Amino acid sequence: MTTQAVVLKGGLVVDPAQGINGVADVRIENGRVAAVGAGLPLDGALCVEVPAGFVVCPGFIDMHVHFREPGQEHKETIATGAAAAVAGGFVAAACMPNTDPVNDHVGVTEEIGRRASEAGLARVYPIGAVSVGSQGERMTEIKALREAGCVGISDDGHPVASALLMRRALEYASMFGMPVINHCEEPSLAAGGVVHEGYRATTLGLRGQPGVTESIMVERDVSLSGLTGGPVHVAHMSAGESLRAVRSGKERSIRVTCEVTPHHFILTDEDLQYDTNFKMNPPLRAVADRDAMLEGLADGSIDAIATDHAPHHADEKAVEFDRAPFGIIGLETAVSLSLDRLVHRGVLSTTRLVELYAANPARILGVEGGTLAPGGAADITILAPETEVEVAADRFRSKARNTPFDGWRLRGAVAATIVDGRVVYANDTVPGAAALAWP
Amino acid sequence: MSTALDAPGTAEGERPEPAPRLRSRHLLSVGDLNREEILLILDSAEAMKEVGTRRIKKVPTLRGATVVNLFLEPSTRTRTSFEIAEKRLSADTLNIAGGTSSLLKGETLVDTARTLEAMAPDMVVLRHSASGACHLLAGVCDARVINAGDGMHEHPTQALLDAFTIREHKPRFEGLKVAIVGDLLHSRVLRSNILLLTELGAKVWVCGPRTLMLPGVERFGVRATTSLDDAVADADVVMLLRVQEERMHGHFFPSRREYFTTFGLTAERLRRARPDVIVMHPGPMNRGVEVASDVADGPVSVILEQVANGVAVRMAVLYLLAGFETNEGTA
Amino acid sequence: MEAEGIRRALVRIAHEIVERNRGVGGVALVGIRRRGVPLAQRLARSLFEITGRDVPTGSLDITLYRDDLMRQAVGPQPVLRRTEIPFSIDDRRILLVDDVLYTGRTIRAALDALIDFGRPRSIQLVVMVDRGHRELPIKADYVGRNVPTAARQSVQVKLAEEDGVDEVAIEDVAEEGGSVPAAGGGAP
Repeated sequence: MTTQAVVLKGGLVVDPAQGINGVADVRIENGRVAAVGAGLPLDGALCVEVPAGFVVCPGFIDMHVHFREPGQEHKETIATGAAAAVAGGFVAAACMPNTDPVNDHVGVTEEIGRRASEAGLARVYPIGAVSVGSQGERMTEIKALREAGCVGISDDGHPVASALLMRRALEYASMFGMPVINHCEEPSLAAGGVVHEGYRATTLGLRGQPGVTESIMVERDVSLSGLTGGPVHVAHMSAGESLRAVRSGKERSIRVTCEVTPHHFILTDEDLQYDTNFKMNPPLRAVADRDAMLEGLADGSIDAIATDHAPHHADEKAVEFDRAPFGIIGLETAVSLSLDRLVHRGVLSTTRLVELYAANPARILGVEGGTLAPGGAADITILAPETEVEVAADRFRSKARNTPFDGWRLRGAVAATIVDGRVVYANDTVPGAAALAWP
Repeated sequence: MSTALDAPGTAEGERPEPAPRLRSRHLLSVGDLNREEILLILDSAEAMKEVGTRRIKKVPTLRGATVVNLFLEPSTRTRTSFEIAEKRLSADTLNIAGGTSSLLKGETLVDTARTLEAMAPDMVVLRHSASGACHLLAGVCDARVINAGDGMHEHPTQALLDAFTIREHKPRFEGLKVAIVGDLLHSRVLRSNILLLTELGAKVWVCGPRTLMLPGVERFGVRATTSLDDAVADADVVMLLRVQEERMHGHFFPSRREYFTTFGLTAERLRRARPDVIVMHPGPMNRGVEVASDVADGPVSVILEQVANGVAVRMAVLYLLAGFETNEGTA
Repeated sequence: MEAEGIRRALVRIAHEIVERNRGVGGVALVGIRRRGVPLAQRLARSLFEITGRDVPTGSLDITLYRDDLMRQAVGPQPVLRRTEIPFSIDDRRILLVDDVLYTGRTIRAALDALIDFGRPRSIQLVVMVDRGHRELPIKADYVGRNVPTAARQSVQVKLAEEDGVDEVAIEDVAEEGGSVPAAGGGAP
């Protein structure tokens, strides 16, 4: 089926993979990028004027979300999660396997794929479990998971505690080109800690766990990656010590990559009260850790920004801090937070932001996208970097409302999200964005 | 409507005076109290203590008020102390304890709060194993909430009664050396006491094994040491904290014996303190672990006075919080 | 009414007390905090000068017995002061002393409080000023001065021990929105 060709005219195109950073047109044909360049002829295509100041980027990919389906549909479904993703500027999201049942079997993987197709919004990349039931004992059928559509393996929510299992998983998954994504947390050292160990934890009387709880396992995984050559990806990194371990691994050309969440590069344990929307794992760390994350984002030692979107029902969070589940949602706030706190505050450039949100996640997961190179799927995120927004949790597409950022005013908005050349989201609160929603 | 002269704060014929008051309608944390508020509670407790010396130890002050003692974690002394305080003020009391109540089976604290609201209590006294539980309760219920110990967070009335007891023995708090010894990490009593005693100008020393030291202790405005002798040296007050046996399983210390030989307070070690030192313990006490019996039962011990003063301090808190509207939002 | 007036009134009341009780045997004074307390102490001195005998004197804070505490909770609670009655009131003739008698509610509270301390043989009421406007069936046995007032007026007995000066001041209380007494600031 052929669809009407479209030329996105006059946007600021930022595509680090092609070295493009300037005003240019993007021609879309049959859901794919046909050409990128200044002054492209219309040649029968529909002309869509991109408002001045808007930035046209390769589609953003969130490599770490929890869509809760199957099993916990009261928190989120793949459909609501995908809707939240596109509303947050993401063309794709990689969903972690800690569903019920765990995505440790092709049946679950295929079901996720079906649900995602039905939703028809964002691409959903399943992450398979490392171990059966994420119990940390028996390895899953990684090849079968790969063939069913998994792009990586992880026991996220739980660390791979056994060094031997981690070694074998790295070796085995590397045969299929899949990274092992580890939730790094040494369980015996965490000792039931629910927040970062330090002054705030002490004054609040909450059990703390130090950053070393994470970094000790990051160091282990870097070593194991060095031993095996298998790529390891550190999920939701939070501690300065972990960043040092990653850097040291990269210096030795070890195949380690890492991601950081917006909350870990914005908030710290000083922000903690008993509000359970500030409870996540890893916990908000010290100011020095947060500053280290900003430095890592700026200098390139951090590869990706991921949200660790972890929806929970309001009732589940309306309990004592100790008893509340870990996790906050992030899909619909991440990009505005990043524009406001990273780009506008001069921490990093828009080019670097696109690497963190598009080019690098695509590369790490080995999925298409991450660039607007002609021939690739027309997955595009359009930003309105100057538009002010106020975070309003009650208007989220996600089923969940568990965000610590409700009510924040931020400079920078998502204007539109395009998947396979189709506008799946246009932000009606951004002036001019409606014009991007061609039929 | 009463006339202006009958307004609270003015007895008949008296002009209104600058009435000190509590700023919050709940008592959740000592951190919410400033010096004036602490002294107001201690002064009020002195008047309340006199009530306890009468033949009829009961005043009609809280007649018609309902106080719920919601003790979701086992406690005998604190619950009893609150209950006596409430009864001496003529409040109607309702005790709900964790293990025994069908009200609580499988119910969240928020649901329990809503159920309680239907009984329209004026105040809820909450003991709970989770830090911040009182904040949660205060956020969802109209009643005034008094923290009777929440997890490892705080135990404000214990710190207030400790300060009250100290004040009965020492002329002033400024410059007083108070050494607090024991399981610092898990102690809500410690947290409340640090906040309260430093606000009143005392020099607080904390002492315990490295494994039970407070993370971030340098920001508390106290001196920290692992040497009991340094902590006790020239101390005006030595306050011992309970050491729970189950802590040994978290690799915090190897045995009761080794704890006692390192941190147990004996008459011998107490000689380094000032001659008029007093020794306190919030109870329940482990003899031969935190403290030797001859010290606990000796003339320097004010442990039983602490218990007696607890009632007066809790009466004062109940009385002062009764001055607030049940519903928020009034000027 | 100035210092001399207050002094003379107290001396007169002291004589009336001795006369009515045929001496001061079994008599004790209880001043209501705050200004009843110095008045009771002054009376005790007068009684000593007249009879040569010490009359036990105590002080009573009636706050915990007020009838408006749970009824109209509107902010700061009245400040509690210590009650000190260092003698048994059983079978004694108690002279309850206050500065101004107005609605009678303070005295009602004081009577309740006293009863909790024991069973006196009798309770007699001494006030420096009776300004009328009773709301309860209470009457003073000894009155320094009857001062007819309007309800909107305020009567203040000032005593050297508390206020640095002895005087009885009658002031018009400003209508709503007017000024409050300078010593205020605690009023809700």
